[in-house]
Amino acid sequence: MTKFRVNKTKHVDQTKTVSFNFDGKSYHGFDGDTLASALLSNGVHLVGRSFKYHRPRGIMSCGSEEPNAICQINENTDLTEPNVRATEIELYEGLKASSQNCWPSVNFDIGGINNFISQFIPAGFYYKTFMWPKSFWKKIYEPLIRWSAGLGKSPTKPDPELYDHKHVHCDVLIIGGGISGIIASKIAAKNNLRTILIEDKNILGGSTIFQKNENYKINNKYSSEWLDDEIAELQKLDNLTIKTRTSLAAYHSYNYLLAKENISDHLPLDKKNGGIRQRLWKIRADKVLVATGAIERPLVFNNNDRPGIMLANSVKKYLDFYGVSCGFNNVIFTNNDSAYETAVSLKEKGISVEIIDIRKKSNSKIVKNAEKLGVKIYWNSTIVNTFGHRKIKSIEIMNLSEDGSNVVGDKNRINCDCLAVSGGWTPMVHMHTQSGGKLDFRENDQTFIPTEIDENHINVGSCNGDFELEEIINNTNKKVKNFLKVSETEFDNTSVLNSKELDKRNIWLLPNYISEGKCKSFIDFQNDSTAKDIKLALREGFKSIEHVKRYTTTGMATDQGKLSNMHALGIIADTAGVKMGTLGTTTFRPPFTPLTFGSIVGRSVGKFFDIIRKTSIHEWHSQNNAKFENVGQWKRPWYYPINDEGLHDAVQRESKAARDSAGILDASTLGKIDIQGTDASEFLNRVYTNAWSKLGIGKCRYGLMLNEDGMVYDDGVTTRLGENHYLMTTTTGGAANVLSKLEDYLQTEWPELDVYLTSVTDHYSTASVCGPNSKKILTKIFPDKDFSDEAFPHMSYQNAKIDEINCRIMRISFTGELSYEINVESKYGKSLWEKCIEVGKEFKITPYGTETMHLLRAEKGFIIVGQDTDGTMTPIDLQMDWIVSKKKYDFIGKRSLYRSDTIREDRKQLVGLLTDDPNEVLEEGAQIVSDVNKKPIEMIGHVTSSYFSPNLNKSIALAVVKSGKKMNGQKLIVPMENKNINVTVSDSVFLDKENKRIYA
Amino acid sequence: MFLINCPYCGERDQSEFSCGGEAHMVRPKQPTELSDDQWAEYLFMRKNIKGVQFERWNHAHGCRKWFNMVRDTSNDKIHAVYKMGEKPPVE
Ligand SMILES: [Zn+2]
Repeated sequence: MTKFRVNKTKHVDQTKTVSFNFDGKSYHGFDGDTLASALLSNGVHLVGRSFKYHRPRGIMSCGSEEPNAICQINENTDLTEPNVRATEIELYEGLKASSQNCWPSVNFDIGGINNFISQFIPAGFYYKTFMWPKSFWKKIYEPLIRWSAGLGKSPTKPDPELYDHKHVHCDVLIIGGGISGIIASKIAAKNNLRTILIEDKNILGGSTIFQKNENYKINNKYSSEWLDDEIAELQKLDNLTIKTRTSLAAYHSYNYLLAKENISDHLPLDKKNGGIRQRLWKIRADKVLVATGAIERPLVFNNNDRPGIMLANSVKKYLDFYGVSCGFNNVIFTNNDSAYETAVSLKEKGISVEIIDIRKKSNSKIVKNAEKLGVKIYWNSTIVNTFGHRKIKSIEIMNLSEDGSNVVGDKNRINCDCLAVSGGWTPMVHMHTQSGGKLDFRENDQTFIPTEIDENHINVGSCNGDFELEEIINNTNKKVKNFLKVSETEFDNTSVLNSKELDKRNIWLLPNYISEGKCKSFIDFQNDSTAKDIKLALREGFKSIEHVKRYTTTGMATDQGKLSNMHALGIIADTAGVKMGTLGTTTFRPPFTPLTFGSIVGRSVGKFFDIIRKTSIHEWHSQNNAKFENVGQWKRPWYYPINDEGLHDAVQRESKAARDSAGILDASTLGKIDIQGTDASEFLNRVYTNAWSKLGIGKCRYGLMLNEDGMVYDDGVTTRLGENHYLMTTTTGGAANVLSKLEDYLQTEWPELDVYLTSVTDHYSTASVCGPNSKKILTKIFPDKDFSDEAFPHMSYQNAKIDEINCRIMRISFTGELSYEINVESKYGKSLWEKCIEVGKEFKITPYGTETMHLLRAEKGFIIVGQDTDGTMTPIDLQMDWIVSKKKYDFIGKRSLYRSDTIREDRKQLVGLLTDDPNEVLEEGAQIVSDVNKKPIEMIGHVTSSYFSPNLNKSIALAVVKSGKKMNGQKLIVPMENKNINVTVSDSVFLDKENKRIYA
Repeated sequence: MFLINCPYCGERDQSEFSCGGEAHMVRPKQPTELSDDQWAEYLFMRKNIKGVQFERWNHAHGCRKWFNMVRDTSNDKIHAVYKMGEKPPVE
């Protein structure tokens, strides 16, 4: 046992030694310690360097508010984690932790030089200084700042651990397992409500669990003992789920909350066993009770950041809960009574302590208790300076003037090895405000208190501004009864004894004889912003708290200003001479404490990251060496390289084969919507730009669908299967959106239409066979069928059978070749495909992928919605005037086609481009200009599709160009990084303008 | 994350729904009779009120039905949901 471990407690098992390593040195702690308590038991206070000035910093608190003790744990392993608070890490055998932000070591580091030049690093320093010269930013300033600031290292390897999500519903969710949360849980569960209690620590009880003081008694027991009994009874309740090591991350509207449960973070590395590390609870609660407690405030005075300066209640917890004394020569600096509990605890264990109190007097019971124990108290005094580099050695105090605005009298020096500070308490209102709740300002102790607004959400205990034991118990009981509509509880007649605080005094920035400019009175310890910075920001004209916060970076570190926000507000109010309550607070945003990415994504990693859709023919593609492309969630064959063929060679070969003999494409991914109903024809008339009423049964038609703004939305071929029955195809990527758009119109604009839509994309598989020999292949597959142009014309459909399998055959073409699409039920897709391949062998049928499909259609000038269009193209812009019906009275988007903007003649219009050098292939997306000499150069369009066509033996491209319709034959330029490419505007149909090939 | 009472399915999580903007925008029966300004009024202009607003919602990952909602955008309180074609509740 080390000399700092002065006390035996039941929370730390001193028979179980745990060894760990910090900054390369081995230490011992005990089972039940946190990393922070174990370090303190070894006398280690210095744990890091501050962000900007690299000042030595020590452990300051015992919870999630900790600004200084930020560690990297298990460095150089897959499980390394940065930005972990030592106060929250449960100690385990073999834990390795190191300080962050302190290269080359915590005791000596080069950034410390910043401390000496700190008068040159004021608020907004980064904004002001590093702005120029501009060339310095990228090469000098940024690397310098990043290197010297270093807030930890992220792991470089894939996270080997598992994470889980869990969805739960409950009647009552209670956040926080302190005394109020325990009372509330008991009432809720005993009244037959399904209750969940979550607590971020590993045990319940909050700060009452280590309160063993004569002045705080419940039903004549020490409050800690009373609470022990209550906790024991809680465990027996059937309706209650208690989740410890579970912290609330976010409180969204309608009582939807996220909580993170730590399952294996406290276990040694070799005991984690690859199980689940963290579980994210997604909770929908009927009622939510927030009992998150309060955080102790520091005080703002000169050099208030040295190692050994801690929060008073944390000093008490280290002593009474962990059995560790943070010093043997303690001084307490306070403005309130609660710090006297720390003094009494120390004194009762025979440890030296003195008190500096800024108040003029206090006659409460706890203060009298301290005086009786012989604790020396300096009333009406303040600390003006502290000394000691790596740990505090002494302080200098002075008396306060009557109004507290100045210091008077002589300086008095006091030696100490620990300074426990208390500036009062701040209710943790984060959850309340995250949920949309508002705050009221309470003048007498300068706190923001939740305003109750919601019948399904209340705050109880110290997060609601009740700081004294009696208030906490009685108000919690009363509020919970009211909230849960319970008439009586076992807590109705609880007798509570506690010391009452009678005198209050608060000074946000303590005065000093040293000029303000030379004081380093820290507000935000992690981001190193001082009172001086805040005042400078105000002088420079920043008035809003949100602006001051960003300019000075106060409250923007990983602790989100848990210790600093109130002081920043107080100093702004004092300096600007306004009431603090009128300033409002900065916004509290989730997460309350940082969440791991693992817990956010849960199991949605690797192959579960997104849904993968495969066609029924996928296996064949894989076996035949297909390279796949993602199209939405679909995996589509991109090209089928033979041997070590690259993309270019494969595509050239595939396209040539499709035009010279036969090609086959898996077209199963195209969206398919089954449309039925007596008004189906009328419906199509309204959603497509062309006319549909006269389409005969058994015929197919290409349709273009617009948005109401006149812009092309989707396209595809629709087949009339029967009098009142159509099959619509959509683009692969647009299927879901088209269906929901059509549903929208049907349900909301035209509910009178008798039309039913069903998505059948996954129901059918499609093999598209094209090329001059496709008819021969089809004839072999369907020997009974007459495929002559008369019996089976282009743009028509017929039913057929292979054995007993029903097939729908559409004679339609997206390649410009004679082409048939055979549709079968998905389960027969692969057999159909294999049959086509087998039969097609003698014609060297060649499977081709999306890249070849794109090339073939580009040769014909067919557009791809989403590639050649971008939501700003009308059919007129696409030179597809022929598909817009002049006769139809209305269709979606019709009126927009002659708005003043859509009839402009200088809109970007689709054209073909031919490069002067036929071997030069343009880059898709490249800009097009007409004059490179006139500066600034005007961009008049861009390339949308570009390929080398093996069938034409030259480069071809589609592009959108301003006034392109009138430019046929005109020379334009595509400027690239190293050269200008000369191009000529052409017709967008490059091959077979007469459409002869579809009748091959 | 709202809890939305679909008029066809009951209370479901917001993640099952998508919002379709302002409700009761009636598509003109004769768009071709409208001037550019009148058409633009229908096509582009939406109120986006801070306060009580009438909205269209779709139970996209559920029954796929569209319905209307009265929501206060300042505090996300949903005052009412009602089927398409039904009259909005008067407050
Ligand atoms: Zn529904």
